[in-house]
Amino acid sequence: MIDKRVAGPAAAVADIHDGATVMIGGFGEAGSPIELIHALIDQGAKRLTVVSNNTGSGEVGLAALLKAGRVRKVICSFPRTANSTVFPDLYRRGEVELELVPQGTLAERIRAGGAGIPAFFTPTAVGTPLAQGKEHRLFGDTECVLEYGIRADFTLIKGRCADTHGNVLYHRTARNFAPPMATAAGVTIVQVSEVVDAGQLDAEAIVTPGIFVDRIVHVPSPQQESALIAAGARYP
Amino acid sequence: MTPPATDESAAIGWSRDDIARRLAQDIPHGSYVNLGIGIPELVARFVPEGRTLIYHTENGLLGMGPSPAAGAGDPELINAGKRQVTMMPGAAFFDQSTSFAMIRGGHLDLSVLGALQVSQTGDLANWSTGEADAIPAVGGAMDLVAGVRRVFVITQHCTKEGEMKLVGECTYPLTGRAVVDRVYTDLAVIDITADGFRVVELAPGVGFDFVQERTGATLLPPIQRTAAV
Repeated sequence: MIDKRVAGPAAAVADIHDGATVMIGGFGEAGSPIELIHALIDQGAKRLTVVSNNTGSGEVGLAALLKAGRVRKVICSFPRTANSTVFPDLYRRGEVELELVPQGTLAERIRAGGAGIPAFFTPTAVGTPLAQGKEHRLFGDTECVLEYGIRADFTLIKGRCADTHGNVLYHRTARNFAPPMATAAGVTIVQVSEVVDAGQLDAEAIVTPGIFVDRIVHVPSPQQESALIAAGARYP
Repeated sequence: MTPPATDESAAIGWSRDDIARRLAQDIPHGSYVNLGIGIPELVARFVPEGRTLIYHTENGLLGMGPSPAAGAGDPELINAGKRQVTMMPGAAFFDQSTSFAMIRGGHLDLSVLGALQVSQTGDLANWSTGEADAIPAVGGAMDLVAGVRRVFVITQHCTKEGEMKLVGECTYPLTGRAVVDRVYTDLAVIDITADGFRVVELAPGVGFDFVQERTGATLLPPIQRTAAV
């Protein structure tokens, strides 16, 4: 019998090594796997490269991971948000590297990484500073820039419901980067608020098929970043 | 480059709501539209009676509705500005790959964006002033201008400090090259043409020369239409 459940967030992230590349789902607080990120802070892995659309808010979740000094480099499209001071401070002090990527190119680089496509051409960012130094090629009348697929050692994402085979459903706009990120890592770890037996989900409705998922963690009542910040919480 | 100071300039032309209302008149019924953060969001309030538009927000929702009633929101139902929104009947959720396939694959009809600068050849700068201390952040703007069929800019004609925003050549880092189709400002509606900026319409009480003095490149006059007999 296949059962991808693990005991909890700590067990799920126990083998993330120093220097690992980690994709972390979420767009702002929607879809941010806070319990997995906090477990990663407790676990202590250092010199991480984080691939995520944003850099977190307040001093919880992704911002707390940065604040703890565990992140060497961020690959991201929008590293500032209301209430985000941790990343700007680290960046201005030169303590974290930033690779800024247009959001659609970021999504496509992750998708390509997961689909075994090493690189692709896109017109996005041509003529801008983000295309400087990159290989260009003309397709018809359209000038394009070469972008590389991204793969990670681990992906941490949040879903609403999974079955024991790792098929996942999401909640509204919390889905965002999770499906492509699930495909692009050596080990994909999903926290969900509900776990059901294989066969209980409508196979027509499954968003992420279980082949992309390695570990399921049941977090019945996930915390929400904005609620933690409103309560003045910091982690640890 | 600072245009001549005038005492009355603050009260001249369209208000922000007026600009949004004017832009909304030009969006056909049934269009799939992405509204950028800030002034572009105002456009949704002024869609003419009888037209339905379908709003795309690049974080993964087609059929975005207005803000929820106080206390009725969901922190995981948000727009690209990370503000809580609602969904309309017929809405759909999707992941980032699908969302940017809509944008980059040319499936959206219109993108409405704000601007720091627009050049007479349609270059757009709207993500960075290039200041050394700034935290660079781009989001989906470069994808939108590269992929969406029509790009409208909505902006004040000049900055609060009186700096021109419609210029011969952008000095800020570009978002995209030759991507803007039309600009809506407090003073005028202006097309980007092969010959440069062409005035389509002036705001009530605003003269052509007044706009020219506040524009960093030559303005072409509106194309005269022959009056119906």
